Amino acid sequence: MEKGKTGAVVVVGGGIGGIQASLDLADSGFYVYLVEKDSSIGGKMSQLDKTFPTNDCSMCIMSPKLVECGKNLNIEILTLSEIKAVTGEEGNFQVLLKQKPRYIDLNKCIACGTCTEKCPRKVPDDYNAGLTMRKSAYIRYPQAVPLKYLIDPERCLYFESGKCRVCERFCPADAVDFTQKEKEITLQAGAIVLATGFKPYDPGANDTYNYKKFPNVVTSLEFERILSATGPYQGSLLRPSDRKKPRKIAWVQCVGSRNVHFGDRGYCSGVCCTYAVKQSMVAKEHSDIELDTAVFYIDIRTYGKDFEKFYNRSRDEMHVRYIKSRVSTILPGDQEGDLKIRYVDENGRVVHEDFNMVVLSVGLDIPEESVELAKNLGVDLNHYNFVETGYFNPVETSRPGVFVCGVFQGPKDIPETVTQASAAAAGAASILSEAKFTLTKEKEYPQEIDVVGQEPRIGVFICHCGTNIAGVVNVPDVTTYASELPNVVIAEENLFTCSQDTQVRIKERIKEHHLNRVVVASCSTRTHESLFQDTVREAGLNPYLFSMANIRDQDSWVHQHDKEGATEKAKDLVRMAVARAATLRPLSRQRLPVIKRVLILGGGVAGMTAALNISRQGYEVVLVEAEKELGGMARKIHRTLSGDDVQAYIDDLIEKVTHDDKIQVLKEALLADFSGSKGNFKTMLNVGPAMYHREVTHGALIVATGAKEYVPTEYLYGQNESVKTQVELEDILLKEREVAKRWQNIVMIQCVGSRNAENPNCSRVCCQQAIKNALALKELNPENNIYILYRDIRTYGFAEDYYRKARELGVHFMRFKEHEEPKVEQVDGRIQVSFRDLTLMRDVTILPEQLILSAGMVAGETQELAGILKAPLTKDRFFLEAHVKLRPVDTQSDGIFICGTAHSPKRIDETISQAMAASSRACGLLAKNYIEVGGIVARVDPELCAACLICVRACPYEVPFINADGVSEIDISKCHGCGICAAECPAKAITLYHFEDAQILAQVDGLMEAV
Amino acid sequence: MSYPDSIRVIQVPCTGRVDVIHLMEAFQKGADGVYVVGCLEGECHYYTGNLRAKKRVQYTKKILDEIGIGGERLEMYNIAASDGPRFSQVAKEMDEKIRALGPSPIRTALQKIHAARQAGVNVETS
Repeated sequence: MEKGKTGAVVVVGGGIGGIQASLDLADSGFYVYLVEKDSSIGGKMSQLDKTFPTNDCSMCIMSPKLVECGKNLNIEILTLSEIKAVTGEEGNFQVLLKQKPRYIDLNKCIACGTCTEKCPRKVPDDYNAGLTMRKSAYIRYPQAVPLKYLIDPERCLYFESGKCRVCERFCPADAVDFTQKEKEITLQAGAIVLATGFKPYDPGANDTYNYKKFPNVVTSLEFERILSATGPYQGSLLRPSDRKKPRKIAWVQCVGSRNVHFGDRGYCSGVCCTYAVKQSMVAKEHSDIELDTAVFYIDIRTYGKDFEKFYNRSRDEMHVRYIKSRVSTILPGDQEGDLKIRYVDENGRVVHEDFNMVVLSVGLDIPEESVELAKNLGVDLNHYNFVETGYFNPVETSRPGVFVCGVFQGPKDIPETVTQASAAAAGAASILSEAKFTLTKEKEYPQEIDVVGQEPRIGVFICHCGTNIAGVVNVPDVTTYASELPNVVIAEENLFTCSQDTQVRIKERIKEHHLNRVVVASCSTRTHESLFQDTVREAGLNPYLFSMANIRDQDSWVHQHDKEGATEKAKDLVRMAVARAATLRPLSRQRLPVIKRVLILGGGVAGMTAALNISRQGYEVVLVEAEKELGGMARKIHRTLSGDDVQAYIDDLIEKVTHDDKIQVLKEALLADFSGSKGNFKTMLNVGPAMYHREVTHGALIVATGAKEYVPTEYLYGQNESVKTQVELEDILLKEREVAKRWQNIVMIQCVGSRNAENPNCSRVCCQQAIKNALALKELNPENNIYILYRDIRTYGFAEDYYRKARELGVHFMRFKEHEEPKVEQVDGRIQVSFRDLTLMRDVTILPEQLILSAGMVAGETQELAGILKAPLTKDRFFLEAHVKLRPVDTQSDGIFICGTAHSPKRIDETISQAMAASSRACGLLAKNYIEVGGIVARVDPELCAACLICVRACPYEVPFINADGVSEIDISKCHGCGICAAECPAKAITLYHFEDAQILAQVDGLMEAV
Repeated sequence: MSYPDSIRVIQVPCTGRVDVIHLMEAFQKGADGVYVVGCLEGECHYYTGNLRAKKRVQYTKKILDEIGIGGERLEMYNIAASDGPRFSQVAKEMDEKIRALGPSPIRTALQKIHAARQAGVNVETS
């Protein structure tokens, strides 16, 4: 008998990419080995202070994912481990790991921190980018998963001199074990996902900026740590040399990026511009003295979703100065510790300016270990040491069965990494479909404790959130106060209530004290409620016997300068939560089967890619296209920047989709109605020219409806036939080569219909499109003159190579400023383009034969669809994701996912990644046999109901109906739990569980008690 | 970002859940001002919840006027979930407005009763 495939996947790298890939794979029915070389997962994101473009706290949004990973029964985290060899093939790999000793027994360590406290040896702390010292016995950061200490053998007194062992002596859990040795472990897996990430470029290597010499020249990662509350200065913005508050900070962009002279880093790192925008803003907000921030750049590349608005806000509202000048060196300033930057200003004058601090915006580098790993695995790398992937297969490496995601595949930001991680998971899941659920374990909760009739016994857990809360609120004082409130049996404070060890402690307290209600006073229910609900459930409590007080977002963060007031407010909030907790009731949930079918709206590249992947994962698809043919917007694009044939690819996709047994294609089909909830949706479609009705039931929905090309109204487009768009030019370059060959002067204008008042965002693809066409024109006729008039050239990632090539071939790039757009006139039938050249500092007029407009992308007619789906849109009418960083393809409506240009403008390869990510998320839902409904739903008391029909009319989902007994009834599987009916019912016959009148009033009364 | 510390938030799934009795209870127990914050009109996550809440707020304002507390102590605002600065601005506006109005008559009465009880006077309340 042929050996079947192995239902396990090895994920290499425990950063945000590896975490997401692991969570998706576990959801889809695979056992995951998450291999991390460090002592805990979290990667680079755990070191960031805030994330762009929302300036959310990085650790706060990441922590729930860390805990989820640590708690998931089907994810086995192997820390301090590296892959040495891989044998076997796709479906059945043998992966050999070497695991370094931790010298602390994982099963015994209680994370009390005694070893750290007693350890006499101080060493530089790499988590804080070397800006502080840590002990040799340590933990990487307070929220680390697994939360287990370790001993650094490289810098431990015992290993150096044979003496000490103080940690061993004081450890109360007898966990220190100096006899541990390096272990070899062999894992069996069907696929491998590489998510090893990056290391920041080391500016000390070719020290052009005197980084090693001047302590106040720091890298951007060091600056993140300086801003962080858990950083070297506890979140005070100080400069390293003298711990003084800086008044002027400069950022120098493109350090270790876009530079072929040092270390061959010709690529653009993609993220540095937007993180410099973020840091320059956050620093201003953070500083309690007047702070001036200046960013020295070549091009500002804020090309991501809503990033341009973020950049505009920093410049126009926060007054960050942006200076277009490549800084060549940093010299000592006039004052001690200051730094001098010499640059050329707007008027072409040389200026010397002193700053108190300089931040080097360092690029993303591939670590040596990753290169070694690729060699061991037999995976090909590109000329910059990133993993080589095909344009249309962005997560597949050269070795079948080995997938890649995140920065190891190419420079990218967090949401792109998370997206690609889900895509890599989808890739692995699609080849291992037959082995789903062969190696997974199922979570079992203990029998629920019956609390009905018991007096409330409440436990209150109050969070320091590092210094986020405790830096403002007097937490011990609030804890003492809480312990004296009615029904409170125990009140405790925790450094991080969301950490894994605190979950264990909460469960222990529930058992020890027979708690039947739990209150956590920490952050937002939005991010953390489900985590704590799961914890109480693990201790046998119904998850609805839990209440939360938000003493961070609603208190310490907004009353930073009023410590006493904030402490009093925290007491009020805790008292309200305790009062509410006492009134909470256990709620039961019912299980409903999941319909194993996905409906996809849109038959372009995104929709078809998702459809194929879902089919390969073993589920059915109904693919709905509004037009007569599949293919979408990509039908107009012939080649990619790297020369790949788009039309051949689409033809192949259509062929596969139309011949797939599990995929049903409905063309000329429109959505008429949509109802239900995740796992159980029902959609009505009008199909074909005859518009016949078709009902589809499905468990998930993917929106892949695409975007539109902007049709220019400016620059005489449509009035003079020499004015064309890039897409029209591409067609000519394919079909009328002889005509294009004769053109001598061609002008291209960038940002047409983008980055302006009507459409403030960047369309992302137009710069690359212009360069692609410019290169094609140069190939036809090297003697022609091509002028590209631009504001910033945004060839991120490896596309920078083509920008360089275009310059080498003599394409002229000429910059213009916002509000000083080129003037286009028609003189005797000829096009005349005039503009001010900012390098020559003079007005220039060109008479081109052809004027090509780089028209951007705008959202399609999404409003009606969004209304039917109840899925929110951004201001520029693209579909809005549930969380811009960590849930990039989910929507706020569970079970509905988005991908492709319906989400935001993007390239085809990026669309493919996102479509596979949407598939991964949808399949994770479909892999479940049932979903639970109930909980927060409305119920009618038939005794009180007068059948007045008010609820029937008030419900936005048309759920209540008058049943056979002549009273109103609500189907809990359809109820969305908004509570409108409960508030409208004149007879008070309707109760919204968990938000009952008595529960809301208990909070009001709890608050007003103090009056 | 910051806003005045006079504000306490009570979470509901949708402003559509907010009932007249919830608003009245707060005033009865001595709140000086109450405001309801919902999604932007036309963008309610549950379609119509904020519009229904708006009607109830209008209705409750009338009651407050009639009983001499003053309808201006109750407001409804519509703020996008992503618009922190607007939330902060509204909080400041409401805080300033209520401060200008001074304590609610009920709170003043409650405090008098409390003071009288402290002084040993027996006060009957319903």
